[in-house]
Amino acid sequence: MLVSEAVSRKAEREASRSKWKAAASVVLSEYLVLALCVLYTLVMIPVVPEIATVEVWQNILSDMMPLLIVSLGQTIVLIIAGIDLSVTAIISMASVVGASIMTQSDGYLSGPLAAPAAMAAMLLVGAGIGLLNGLSITRLNMPAFVVTLATTTFFGGCAIWYTTFHSTTTSIYDLPDMFISIGDRDIAGIPIAVIVAVTAALIVHGVLAYTILGRWLYAVGKNPRTAYVSGVPVRTTVMAAFVLSGMLAALASIVYTARLQTGTPILGERILLDVVGAVVIGGTSLFGGKGKVIWTVFGVLFLVLIDTTLKLLGASLFAIYVIKGSVILAAALLDTLRTRYLGVR
Amino acid sequence: MQTVQRSSPPLLSVEGITKSFFGVRVLHGVSFELWPGEALGLLGENGSGKSTSMNILGGVHQPDGGRMSLGGVPYAPQSPREASRAGIAFIHQELNLFPNLSIEENLFITDFPKRSGVPFIDRRWMRKRARELLAEVDLDLPPTRLVGNLAQGERQLVEIAKALHADAKVLILDEPTTSLTRREVERLFAIVNRLKSRGVGIIFISHALEDVMHVCERMTVLRDGAVVGTDLRERLSLPGIISMMVGRSIDAIYPERSTGPREEVALRVRNLTQRGVANNISFDIRTGEVVGLSGLMGSGRSELARLIFGLDPLDSGTIEVAGTRLERPGPKASMAAGLAFLTEDRRNEGLLMDASIVDNIGLTFLKRFKVGPGVISGKALNTTAAELARMVHLSTDRVQETLAKHLSGGNQQKVVIAKWLLRRPKVFILDEPTRGIDVGAKQEVYRIINRLVEEGGAVFLISSEIEEVMGLSDRILTINKGEITGAFERSGFDREAILAAAMAPVGPKREAYA
Repeated sequence: MLVSEAVSRKAEREASRSKWKAAASVVLSEYLVLALCVLYTLVMIPVVPEIATVEVWQNILSDMMPLLIVSLGQTIVLIIAGIDLSVTAIISMASVVGASIMTQSDGYLSGPLAAPAAMAAMLLVGAGIGLLNGLSITRLNMPAFVVTLATTTFFGGCAIWYTTFHSTTTSIYDLPDMFISIGDRDIAGIPIAVIVAVTAALIVHGVLAYTILGRWLYAVGKNPRTAYVSGVPVRTTVMAAFVLSGMLAALASIVYTARLQTGTPILGERILLDVVGAVVIGGTSLFGGKGKVIWTVFGVLFLVLIDTTLKLLGASLFAIYVIKGSVILAAALLDTLRTRYLGVR
Repeated sequence: MQTVQRSSPPLLSVEGITKSFFGVRVLHGVSFELWPGEALGLLGENGSGKSTSMNILGGVHQPDGGRMSLGGVPYAPQSPREASRAGIAFIHQELNLFPNLSIEENLFITDFPKRSGVPFIDRRWMRKRARELLAEVDLDLPPTRLVGNLAQGERQLVEIAKALHADAKVLILDEPTTSLTRREVERLFAIVNRLKSRGVGIIFISHALEDVMHVCERMTVLRDGAVVGTDLRERLSLPGIISMMVGRSIDAIYPERSTGPREEVALRVRNLTQRGVANNISFDIRTGEVVGLSGLMGSGRSELARLIFGLDPLDSGTIEVAGTRLERPGPKASMAAGLAFLTEDRRNEGLLMDASIVDNIGLTFLKRFKVGPGVISGKALNTTAAELARMVHLSTDRVQETLAKHLSGGNQQKVVIAKWLLRRPKVFILDEPTRGIDVGAKQEVYRIINRLVEEGGAVFLISSEIEEVMGLSDRILTINKGEITGAFERSGFDREAILAAAMAPVGPKREAYA
């Protein structure tokens, strides 16, 4: 009796273990989030039949693009165990600086070169604020959270102040057609915004997966001390992460500004939660050392999908926030569970 | 296996414990007994099942089969909390104290004494009890001192005091002597003996066989998850234990080298000074030479290594590697000049614990795999890493899938060595290369060191084990309080003389400095 009892108990344990393992492999799968997207869509079809239409998906795609570009930068920064809260201020600042240069009503430049020059200036703004973040973090040894919280507040204010010199309203209008075409034109049937975002995603993926800098980023995120002793230029790597994040935020600002056809200092205000949320939902760890572009693509898709369906349902803004907040919390919890209890990073 | 006849029942008995992880059986029926008032040495290589056995005893894991009893009653802890309630105290190698809290707060962290009726801590009673407990472990410190300000040995005594407070019947000490100075070790042994006389049973786990022989009456040797033998100290010898541990006899612990030092100087250090750490240190290491550095804990031996590698700033002095002077100190410049540095802190400085073996190995020399601007070939890196893994006899060839943290201590150290071998260093600084690794892995590390110097490298070896330094070095330097206090040629190696030199008082120059 004792033996049979022991055998059955053992079998039970084994069964529960294999179940646990199967559950773990699903939770840990790279494509978990994509699978959730598909599942969610299928479940929502009876409730919001519009979700099965091409137009809705075109909207989802176009909403995804700028968010994806910012999230790419955030992915890089989270990989080094940092965080960049200044992306929203960068988007705003770049937007008004770019617009002030190329606006047809009394901009700094006019003619065919105005738009390219303005875009270059926007990227420069992003790189500059990123560099300031990176320098403060590496040279003054301040935590990324505090530094970027400070820069986001500072440049958020600067953006509004800067606008007052160039416009009597809150925004700068009359942007050149060449610039606006980024927001609404296609090349061979593919929207320019999609081309920009996909190119950025491929480049960031290439950097992370195939370059020395990519390896350095992961190493610094996993253990900066070991990385330093192994000859990794830790400061340069951290700085590169923040500069890249700043430039990608500025690139997103180009797309946002073009779509809105105005430069405005409140452009990025509401997306901070979406950016950090999308990256974490994708599976990039807040603890550093782990993250992939494809995960972030899925995370952005998931978040935009929820957003779109809730809007189609006619949910109120606060309901959308409550639900998005819950999803992001669940993702962060999952990250902690994965890291702490399954020991997988 | 010898059984000892005793009249009293054992304090703890462990019978036929089995345990598997993910279908791999790691314990095949481990049995041993512990009597009150004795110290049992638990020996075995890394991966032999010591830790798993102790984690089962400490309630961290639950066994698949077998039974345990404590003080005559069945014992099956479901959690570490239950284990400590039952009277088992497990003092881990990495001590579990809160450095930001005081000694007394650490002692009472799980059961702060409360004033009756109100939810406030009775500080007065706590302080009084803390003083008593500290007196029992001979620690003459105010209970309000922050644990973060204590030396390693003192922290360990605080842990023991904590166990005393919990009224532990069985005290498990995991590698208790590894990071202690000789004096601290002696104090620890005195306390262990006192606890024994009070009837506490002690399980002593250590790779430092001499320490185990010194303090334990009996030893149990584990290999591959099973007990290969238990016997009284008197009936065991060091070589006997080692062959039981590795399952074969080890004839020469320190393998012979086929080449000797050459003429050219690989590392030239002149007048190296950093206040309070190193005082006017000069020496040479020639190509093909192993120079050992012997010194007590806190003598400045590790600090010297860090200065040379550029991890800490220099006040003055010069470092030349193969004739080239290091201008801008820092790990990057040192590495470019041909230095490599194996740190004593493997977990926090040597490895990316969460990264694969490949990622760890490649980290020191990613440029070598460059195929375009900033782009590296992952394939070439994988191939080279696999080769290096074979060269250092790593236990696994799954170098892409296996994370560093899943390797045993010995294999982790081999990964650290491999990552530096990738750079083909001219001078390899090894700080405690065999700390916390088992006998078999130690020997392999020795072979790698030999091969390195035979192929034209030079080694600066720092170790707290004087036998190791004597067994491997062509020349030994001794250091005390940041000054070189002696130099010995291989022909003149003498254990007593080296120890004496390592403890020699430092010169009047030093006083002028202070």
